[in-house]
Amino acid sequence: MHFHGCARISSDIAKLYRPAGLNYNNESSMNRYPIWKYLLILTVVALGFLYAAPNLYKPDPAVQISGQSTTMEIDQQLLARAEKALDEAGIEHFGGEVGEKAVLLRLGSVEDQLPAKRVIQESLGHSDYVVALNLASTTPEWLADLGASPMKLGLDLAGGVHFLMEVDTATIVRTNMEGYVQDVKAKLRAADARYRSVSLEDDREIVARFRSEELRDKAMSTMRKEFPELQLTEAGSGDNLEVRATLSEQEIKQLEDYAVTQNLTTLRNRVNELGVAEPIVQRQGRNRIVVELPGVQDTAEAKRIIGKTANLEYRMEARPDTLVTNKEYFEYRNEQQRQAYGGAWLERKVIIKGDRVTNARVGYDESGLPQVNITLDARGGELMHRATWKNVGRRMGTLFIESRFEPETVVDDQGNETVVQKRTDVKKIISLATVQSALGRQFRITGLDSAAEAQELALLLRAGALAAPMYFVEERVIGPSLGADNIQVGVKSVQIGLIGVLIFMLIFYRVFGLAANIALAVNLVLLVAVMSILGATLTLPGIAGIVLTVGMAVDANVLIFSRIREELRNGMPPQTAISAGFDNAYSTIVDANITTLIVAVILYAIGSGPVQGFAVTLSIGILTSMFSAIMGTRALINLFYGGRRVQKLWI
Amino acid sequence: MSETTVKEGKITEYMGKRVFEFMRWRKLAAALSIVAVVASIAALAINGLKFGLDFTGGTQVEVGYEVAPQIEDVRGQLVDAGYEGATVVRFGSDNELLIKLPPEVTEKQTQASARSEEATQSIGDKVVGLLRQGTDGDVDLRRVEMVGPQIGEELRDDGGLGMLFALVVVMGYVALRFQYKFSVGAVAALIHDVIIVLGFFALLKLDFDLTVLAAVLAVIGYSLNDTIVVADRIRENFRKVRKADSEEIINISLSQTLGRTLMTSLTTLLVLFALQFFGGELIHNFSLALVVGVLVGTYSSIYVSANILMALGITKEDMMPPVKEGAELEEMP
Repeated sequence: MHFHGCARISSDIAKLYRPAGLNYNNESSMNRYPIWKYLLILTVVALGFLYAAPNLYKPDPAVQISGQSTTMEIDQQLLARAEKALDEAGIEHFGGEVGEKAVLLRLGSVEDQLPAKRVIQESLGHSDYVVALNLASTTPEWLADLGASPMKLGLDLAGGVHFLMEVDTATIVRTNMEGYVQDVKAKLRAADARYRSVSLEDDREIVARFRSEELRDKAMSTMRKEFPELQLTEAGSGDNLEVRATLSEQEIKQLEDYAVTQNLTTLRNRVNELGVAEPIVQRQGRNRIVVELPGVQDTAEAKRIIGKTANLEYRMEARPDTLVTNKEYFEYRNEQQRQAYGGAWLERKVIIKGDRVTNARVGYDESGLPQVNITLDARGGELMHRATWKNVGRRMGTLFIESRFEPETVVDDQGNETVVQKRTDVKKIISLATVQSALGRQFRITGLDSAAEAQELALLLRAGALAAPMYFVEERVIGPSLGADNIQVGVKSVQIGLIGVLIFMLIFYRVFGLAANIALAVNLVLLVAVMSILGATLTLPGIAGIVLTVGMAVDANVLIFSRIREELRNGMPPQTAISAGFDNAYSTIVDANITTLIVAVILYAIGSGPVQGFAVTLSIGILTSMFSAIMGTRALINLFYGGRRVQKLWI
Repeated sequence: MSETTVKEGKITEYMGKRVFEFMRWRKLAAALSIVAVVASIAALAINGLKFGLDFTGGTQVEVGYEVAPQIEDVRGQLVDAGYEGATVVRFGSDNELLIKLPPEVTEKQTQASARSEEATQSIGDKVVGLLRQGTDGDVDLRRVEMVGPQIGEELRDDGGLGMLFALVVVMGYVALRFQYKFSVGAVAALIHDVIIVLGFFALLKLDFDLTVLAAVLAVIGYSLNDTIVVADRIRENFRKVRKADSEEIINISLSQTLGRTLMTSLTTLLVLFALQFFGGELIHNFSLALVVGVLVGTYSSIYVSANILMALGITKEDMMPPVKEGAELEEMP
């Protein structure tokens, strides 16, 4: 230990190292912060505590009930029904609340969640409501009103599944080109440009062949006019003249974008069927989609629902004289329509399924009334045309099919019980409209009451279709027990690391160490607060980042303190040494932290999941530590030593 | 009394603090570093990095048994069911197993699930279903990770690129803030550290996964931190200390920062050991990479970057702030 007393004092050294603007004779007036600085620090720290506080409140296990469609009433009555079901099953519950979109019921324990979900779902019926497991925040209202909320836990801490799916964009390009082949044929016929053949090559190039220059020129001008988005080139010779047409790179990119966005929408709808609280469905990169379902354990069920294809059917309305064996009765999906009309008889024969729908968008007709424009793929267009050209004036219905999976116990020959997921399809009418003319690839549904209705219809129509097939390229499942273990080990290593560092600093730097320790604790609080405010997700690597921050955050203080010791040894009086120590270490600290920050940002940019979690806590930790270690420690030291005559520093 | 104490032509004390002759051993240190780097490269060339699931693709299933199973039995069970090349290891306790399936098996699964609806059953569920038949107690699925081979390749490329990018940006920053000789020293130290950590993983055939990559990048950050603190002091001393040559100035600077270097390494190692011993299996290799990296990084900030400064012949002139041309003229009468 080096104390002031051991340092050799010599006046010429002191002069040599006198920092500009400091007056040695006036030691007692040094190291004082203006009052506003203290207030600023106090405010920041207080805010930090405030926004970090929600993390102390452990959330209650809960179930959440929401409507299958937006028209379902979420009210006190629904809550009462759910509470009654729970009471009858003897499941403890409390604090039921009716929200805007869902009813939330808190439960006594995590084990009660699954049984509670089952009894509520049974009593409310499967067709109208979705019951999901959730965690209800117990953050006091006054905190929540300030916008404070706890950190989100990543899948590795909360348990759940993570899927990465790749959209097969090559297929969407091919299907689209196939559609063009049909359209090109039709337009060429109409323009009397007789072709030998029109075909698709390599899935992305349309080749039309002609016998004469004259026919080809005619075809060229027709195609140029009708399909301006196609890039045309001439090829071939003699009596085999070709027009080759491709989509531009930009058009293809648009198609891919559309396919991915469409699949994203479809996936969101399907994930909603699963009844998961706070699912994540996000696009990643050019053609991938991430699906994260916290709390879901049954991946098989999740994959079935996410991976299934058609769930729309177009059928003609049955004639009054159709035999009962050839027709089926369906209800309307929309509650108001159901009350008004009940349902309708449709033919058993399915014209097309949802996988043929490539797009459905809300549009407005000439008089400004809402309509839904539907586009089918080539094959779908043919089938639709065949089914409707003789049936103008009849009505065509669109069925929306929702699949539910319920566990069912099956007993086999040997008497063994196995639980299987039984699938039931619920089919309901979402649209029943009169066919005005023969329909093709593109048609529209008009006569809708409102833009909102059109919006919902378009959404449902699209929900059936995956624009392009998808497959799973990554799958991660974390069991709830492992998640709980991970939290435990994470917290434990933070605690042990922290205690170790605290003791270390105290032994080596005494009073200054104490100041650094307080700053370190404040740093942790600020780190948690910033993460909570940003809504960042805490993961296990994120906890590792926090632990590392604890170790590295003291570096700034170590730099400052060793500098102060050095200055003391050089013969500076205590107050001057403190001041010089802080000033001289400043630029080093900034340089060192900026470079680490650069690395953390790069980590975030290139990394996926686990790496990003680490990068986020590391970067936030660096920033908060600059504040707490430089300003915070200085404030404490100033408070303790500043503005008075000091003989000896406890450093 | 002067600022330095000189004995037998060497500066032994500066400003009342002992000066260690770090640079006296610089040739030895250089040899040591070269040997370590060459050995690491050799280990990388011979053993190769044992890339983890994130980079190779494949499937990992972590299961908890009620009754501790025999590893060989479980393996046999899996191979019989068509999961060729499955490896089974204990994970944490006797009752917990980690099953790894090679990328080919995984790919077969993904291909199948793209086509038929039946095959959408998760590979993890299939494995657990299979294992339940071979034990008296229950089997609990704790974790499944399935990574398609293509994703693995992309992650590997991204990781490599990220590391190079980090090095280039850092070199640029240091060149800007200090001087190019420092940036050469700093980057050489970083490459030195990264290669040795990678070599360590290759030598012991430890799994190199995404978290370890994150650790290696964190090592870059840490080692840089150290190097910059030292560089900062060397720059300061070149401007301040008179009557000392480059070697002496570097020795003085290293001696002055030694306390801080050791202190920070110790606190960091302290928390890393906490992670290593209490952080669980998942971040075991992560903390190990950091421990090795911090040790090597501490050494390299003393002996690699400073050594390169010496080799590049750093002088006082390099460190002087550029003088404005007009400034000199103004002082003339």
